[in-house]
Amino acid sequence: MARKIPQLNMSSTADISFLLLTFFLLTSSINTDKGLSRMLPPLPDPDSKPPIIKERNVFTVLVNTYDQLLVEGKPGDIRNLRKQVKEFIANPYDEPNLSEGEFITLPHLGQVRKSKGVISLQNDRGTSYEMYIKVQNELAGAIYELRDELAQEKLGRSISQISDQTIIDEIQKAVPMSISEAEPKAVGGK
Amino acid sequence: MSRYRKEKKKEVPALNTSSMSDIIFMFLFFFMVITTIREATLFVKVSVPAATEIQKLERKNLVSYIYIGTPTNIQMYGSESRIQLNDQFGTVEQISAFIESERAARPEQDRPFLITSLKVDQDVRMGIVTDVKQELRKVGAYKINYSAKKTDNLFK
Repeated sequence: MARKIPQLNMSSTADISFLLLTFFLLTSSINTDKGLSRMLPPLPDPDSKPPIIKERNVFTVLVNTYDQLLVEGKPGDIRNLRKQVKEFIANPYDEPNLSEGEFITLPHLGQVRKSKGVISLQNDRGTSYEMYIKVQNELAGAIYELRDELAQEKLGRSISQISDQTIIDEIQKAVPMSISEAEPKAVGGK
Repeated sequence: MSRYRKEKKKEVPALNTSSMSDIIFMFLFFFMVITTIREATLFVKVSVPAATEIQKLERKNLVSYIYIGTPTNIQMYGSESRIQLNDQFGTVEQISAFIESERAARPEQDRPFLITSLKVDQDVRMGIVTDVKQELRKVGAYKINYSAKKTDNLFK
C-alpha cells in the first residue's frame, strides 16, 4: 500500500498574505497623477521686444483677488467663458471685433480656417488657485471642443477616435493652444 | 435509541483553507500593481482642485513633485502656505537646486522630458504659485502639470 502523504496545514499562509496585504494597503496610495498639462514660456529676453499683436486678436481674461472675472473689458462669468472663447476663436461670420483668421491648406484636412487669436490670461497674486484652475480648464476646454468640432466637420469622427498622430498634429496646428499668461501683478494685496 | 447510535465519533471535517491564501495573494498583487508607494510624507495639506479637461501623466519616473499648501501642523509651522520639496519644507529660492538634483538623478537622455507636477491646495493664493512658476522658468523646467481631480461638472 502506498504511503499517504499527510496534508500540509496551509491556514497560516493566509495569515501571512493578509499581513502583506495590509502592509501594502497602508504604505501605498492609489495613483492620482492627473491634471492639466501646460508648457511654461521661456523667460523673455530683455533686449527683444514682444511681438505686436492686433488688439482684435487678443482675448483678455483678468481674474482679480476676489476671484472675479473681467473678460474683454466687461465683467464676466466663468460659466459663459467657454462659449465666449469658442466664439472668439472660431468667428464664423468674420465679425470685426473677434479674431482674424487665415485659410491654410493641410494634407488631410484640406482648407481650414486658422485663427490668429491669442487668449491672454492675467491673474492677481491674491486669486485663489481653485479659480485659476477653473479658468485654465475652461480655456483649454474651449480649444479641445473646437478641435473636436473640426475633426467632426472634416473627417466625421471625434478626435478621440483618431489614432493617426499626423492627423492629430494637423488638427493641433489648425487650432493651436494659444494661451498666453501675462507677467504677474500684485494689485489687490495678499 | 442508543441501539442505533454508531460507535464512531462524529467530527466536523477540517476546512480546506489552502485556496484562501491564493485569493489573498491575488488581492495583494492587484494592490501592488495599481498603487504606488508613497514617495514623501506630506507636511502640507493638499486637496487638489477639480477640473474636467484633465490628462493622465505618463511615465511616472520622469515626474518630480512640488507640494504647496497650509502646513498640517499649524501650531508649529503657522498657517501661511508653504512649499514642500521632497521630505522637507522649502523656499522659492531652493526650487532651482531641487530641479537640478531631480535632473541629476535621471539618465541623460530622459532629462529634457522631465515634468514638474504642481500639487497645490485649492485654497492657496496664486502669489506663491506664480513665484514657483517664475522660478521654474528660470531653470528651464517648462513642462508642468497642475494636479487636479476629475469631475464631470465644474459648476455644482
